[in-house]
Amino acid sequence: MAKHGLRVIAIAYLFFLLVLPVGLIVWRTFGDGLGPFVEALTSASAVHAFQVTLTVALWAVAANTVFGIGTAILLVRHNFPGKRLLNALIDLPMAVSPVVVGLALILVYGKFAPVGGLLESWGVQVIFSTPGMVLATVFVALPLVVRAVVPVLEELGDEQEQAAHTLGASRLQTFLRITLPGIRWALAYGVVLCLARSLGEYGAVAVVSGRLVDQTQTLTLFVEERFQNFDQPAAFAAATALALIAVITLLLTKFLRPKG
Amino acid sequence: MTTDVAVAAAPPPGSPGGGARPRSRWSVTGGTALGVGSAVLYLSLIVLIPLAVVAWRSLDQGPGYFWRAVTTPDAWAALTLTVGASFLVALINLVMGTIIAWVLVRDRFPGKAVVDTLIDLPFALPTIVAGLVLLALYGPESPLGLNLAYSRAGVVLALLFVTLPFVVRTVQPVLLELDKEMEQAAASLGASPFQTFRRIILPNLVPAMLSGTALAFTRSIAEFGSTVLISGNLPFKTQVAAVNIFSQIEGDNTTGAAAISTVLLVVALVALVSLDLLQRWGSRRG
Repeated sequence: MAKHGLRVIAIAYLFFLLVLPVGLIVWRTFGDGLGPFVEALTSASAVHAFQVTLTVALWAVAANTVFGIGTAILLVRHNFPGKRLLNALIDLPMAVSPVVVGLALILVYGKFAPVGGLLESWGVQVIFSTPGMVLATVFVALPLVVRAVVPVLEELGDEQEQAAHTLGASRLQTFLRITLPGIRWALAYGVVLCLARSLGEYGAVAVVSGRLVDQTQTLTLFVEERFQNFDQPAAFAAATALALIAVITLLLTKFLRPKG
Repeated sequence: MTTDVAVAAAPPPGSPGGGARPRSRWSVTGGTALGVGSAVLYLSLIVLIPLAVVAWRSLDQGPGYFWRAVTTPDAWAALTLTVGASFLVALINLVMGTIIAWVLVRDRFPGKAVVDTLIDLPFALPTIVAGLVLLALYGPESPLGLNLAYSRAGVVLALLFVTLPFVVRTVQPVLLELDKEMEQAAASLGASPFQTFRRIILPNLVPAMLSGTALAFTRSIAEFGSTVLISGNLPFKTQVAAVNIFSQIEGDNTTGAAAISTVLLVVALVALVSLDLLQRWGSRRG
């Protein structure tokens, strides 16, 4: 009886907090068929927002993947002073509010900040433009690839890498032929997480983008702006599209997650 | 080709030149230094310097200004609401997260695998979508007739949504590893189910429960996107700290925004350091 009681409590909680709200949005979006959904997502603004989102996310994922692999190898395979500190600092972005991320980047890369002013004089606008949005996205998604790769790299050990090295393989060859194949699933897992986080980032991007419609508006900003402007069908359609991406991510990560 | 190489290359155990020597040689070469340098540069340019500038900016007009910025009525109200709501949310997560983890590990019912997958949905779902989704069900057009929009209950609801996985996902693995023989021993010695839970199971779960709760708390303190729509940003009533910072940035008051940001950073760091101490204490006991 007590067991059933707990089951009912747990499922009811999840149902009202998670399943019902998400289900309702999907139902509202597709309530009048696929037509309005497609129409809302093919408007010029929505398409543009989708392009901006993809551009920003791809740059951010590329940067964090390179950084993630490199840092994971450093942390697992090398010894250097300050290693523990670096290890701890990598998780820092998880504890920072997205809005604070945005503010921090504005204070350094904004037009009136020293660094931002200098870049501006070279013709590079960071804040209210794509580079700033990429920086913000890189910030919030920074630990994901590192944290996915580190445990697998540890488990893998370095015997094969040493063997390749003693046989005369260059470090690049060793990396491409031995290390990379060994971590590929963990890397894929980290990249998927990173991509999902990048596509879905709202707060940090809201601050640094200036939320310029049809210029720096991402899909998440589009959802908010449409909703505030009483265009519920477009907001719901874009939200459902993002939710679908989230569900696909979820299934992919379930499939890729290192077992055990 | 590669397999042949790998097999042929594996040195017999104990053979000279097999050990870790060559590698530890590499690790002091320029390669490592270059790698560490690049990683630190990347981290500094994107994370460390900007955060340091926030802290510096919050104090560059003196501690008096900092204090006034933090204690302006609307900022103070936002901060106390954020901390209070986060405590409440952490507490609810502590109880509900443990119950959900328990049900997922110890109970059997059809569809359990689906429920288990669903737990991670809040992490995958963009926060603005989470807010919109909750507003659809618990907003002015609620089909349940339950309107929590623009209320503090709505803020708590949004925070509960985004923090759901933390306690579940920290407690679940510990519960899976837990040795059932101890429980059986306790039961055979005449302990009631409650006594077994209280004396045997709970002590093993407490470190995981607390670390999940601390993570949920830090996340709640920092949360922005999910609360934007459902809270309606009413200063003194439903405006959380992150939203307050956002409106100060929009109003070009970056020093005030930096002051509140610094408070949030400090609260988050204190929570994380306590979590670390807690984990060490837990592993020493375990």
